[in-house]
Amino acid sequence: MAGVKTRTSDSQERSWNLSSLPNYVVLIILVVFALVPLYQLGINSFKTRAQIGLDPFGLPEEWLVSNFTEAWERGKYATTLPNSVILTAATIFFVLIFAGMAGFALARLRLRGADYISFYFLVGTAVPPQFYMVPLFILWRTLGMINTFHGLIIIYVAQFSPFSTYLLRSYMVSIPQEFVDAARIDGASNWQVFHKVIMPLSWPGFLTAGLVVGLGVWNEFLFAQTFLPRPEFKTIVTSLYAFQQRDGREWGLTNAGSVIMITPVIILFLALQRRFIEGLTQGGLKA
Amino acid sequence: MAATQGTIQPGAVSLGGGSRRRELGRWLFILPVVFLNLVVIVGPALFGVYIAFTDWSGVGSMNFVGLENFARLLQDQVFWKALRNNLVWTAIFLVVPIVLGLLGAYMLTGIRRGQMFMRVAFFVPYVLPSVVTTHIWRYLMHPRVGLGQWLSDTFGIDFLDKAWLGSRDTALYGIAFMDNWHFWGFPLVLLLAAMSAVDVELYEVARLDGASRFQQFRHVTLPSIRPTLVFLLLMIAIWSALVFDYIFLTTGGGPANASEVMGTHLYTTAFERFQTGYAATIGLVMVLWVALVVGGFVYLRKRGWEI
Repeated sequence: MAGVKTRTSDSQERSWNLSSLPNYVVLIILVVFALVPLYQLGINSFKTRAQIGLDPFGLPEEWLVSNFTEAWERGKYATTLPNSVILTAATIFFVLIFAGMAGFALARLRLRGADYISFYFLVGTAVPPQFYMVPLFILWRTLGMINTFHGLIIIYVAQFSPFSTYLLRSYMVSIPQEFVDAARIDGASNWQVFHKVIMPLSWPGFLTAGLVVGLGVWNEFLFAQTFLPRPEFKTIVTSLYAFQQRDGREWGLTNAGSVIMITPVIILFLALQRRFIEGLTQGGLKA
Repeated sequence: MAATQGTIQPGAVSLGGGSRRRELGRWLFILPVVFLNLVVIVGPALFGVYIAFTDWSGVGSMNFVGLENFARLLQDQVFWKALRNNLVWTAIFLVVPIVLGLLGAYMLTGIRRGQMFMRVAFFVPYVLPSVVTTHIWRYLMHPRVGLGQWLSDTFGIDFLDKAWLGSRDTALYGIAFMDNWHFWGFPLVLLLAAMSAVDVELYEVARLDGASRFQQFRHVTLPSIRPTLVFLLLMIAIWSALVFDYIFLTTGGGPANASEVMGTHLYTTAFERFQTGYAATIGLVMVLWVALVVGGFVYLRKRGWEI
């Protein structure tokens, strides 16, 4: 099949290739910039401290898996990994329900004053977290919700819901009205329309919102550090920070600890990168 | 559907109309999110505005002190240093990731093979948590074991072998470099999406007019992606006022407050010095900053700027 090409298209292709050469040069430099630090993180997580000192960018002489078991111990992952999973899963669950309901109301229920609600969310998301964090901390302390999972989950749900509401609303607006009408004629209530018709049809939106929320909670530092200070409640992020502070020079171990926490993120990202990118670029997470 | 038909709620069947009860039923859908927002964000924020005018320490008595905290703000050298650093940070991030993103995205539109792979590669650092990004770069920027040391040992290039984070002159820029490595894939992906949506015929016309590649970029690409660009600049201007993680995790604002920003100054004031009232005052300045950025944006738009 390759031989059927005409002469002109062949030469066109060649000139196109040549003209894109500078693009590749620039892009490969940028890829190196983006990936070499990650390569370093991965490769050095298998080395001893001495080996890292001698040859920081080469492959390990022997692949030291013991770094990971030791990092697992020192980073207390047996405690912190379940903590992070609980926080992430519960936040995703409640955000998707509440933001799904709110998105449905804004998209489909012709609320009087829906514009005010949208504006209110906008103001709410523009308030710097550091500003409301201090009074919130005092309120939570009064209510006895420091060092409790539900205390932090409530905060996360409040923080991630407005964004998810917008995202889900935009999915729900595009569902054809006929589906809703058909259900209404069958006598479905608003709630039934929501969870029997709208939710199943807008599942890509729920998946996208769930991924962004999950990533946000999994990676979150400031609120986890402030509202869950006790060791037994630390998340993988805050305990990794403590681990880095304690064993700062043990680069092999702290690298292994970092690799443990980012591996699920990277795998999920590579598997679902279109959805991730779509969700994150809609203004999802702070820089 | 059949199974649920028996459980129709009264009043749900009627189409149109607007009895008070039905309206209330609709509001129930939005209530949880609004309620949580009131409790977690808006309520504490309003309380914070009040605290900013008191001498409260977080416990015990709370005395209204008027503008005393604001007077103190004017005297607070660390605050001014932090404010200046936030401005520097904003300037860096309005330029560097945008330029890198534009460059990367424009180069990507010119290739076919490998576009997908590279887009993913550029975006991977953005999904990493700050605690890992700072760890990676604390190593690479380390004066004894890092990249600078390696370059100096291996190739004799020694101008990079410095204590980037330990020096007052470079700490802020070193941290900005890290955060930028993490962040620039975000503008790139948004800009790439905007560039891919540009009508190919516009480029054809420009090429027929003899426009160089740079001229095509300047006169076709840039005007077409302006809304995306403006959105990014607005978000960056807001985020730069709030920067916290990267500085807290690397230098904590040091050495000698050289890399202090409003976010870290607020945090230490509230959680290490327990000056809740004064911390709220610093927070109020951050709110005003964000409000000014958003207000300025809205104002310019109303004045007819096409942004």
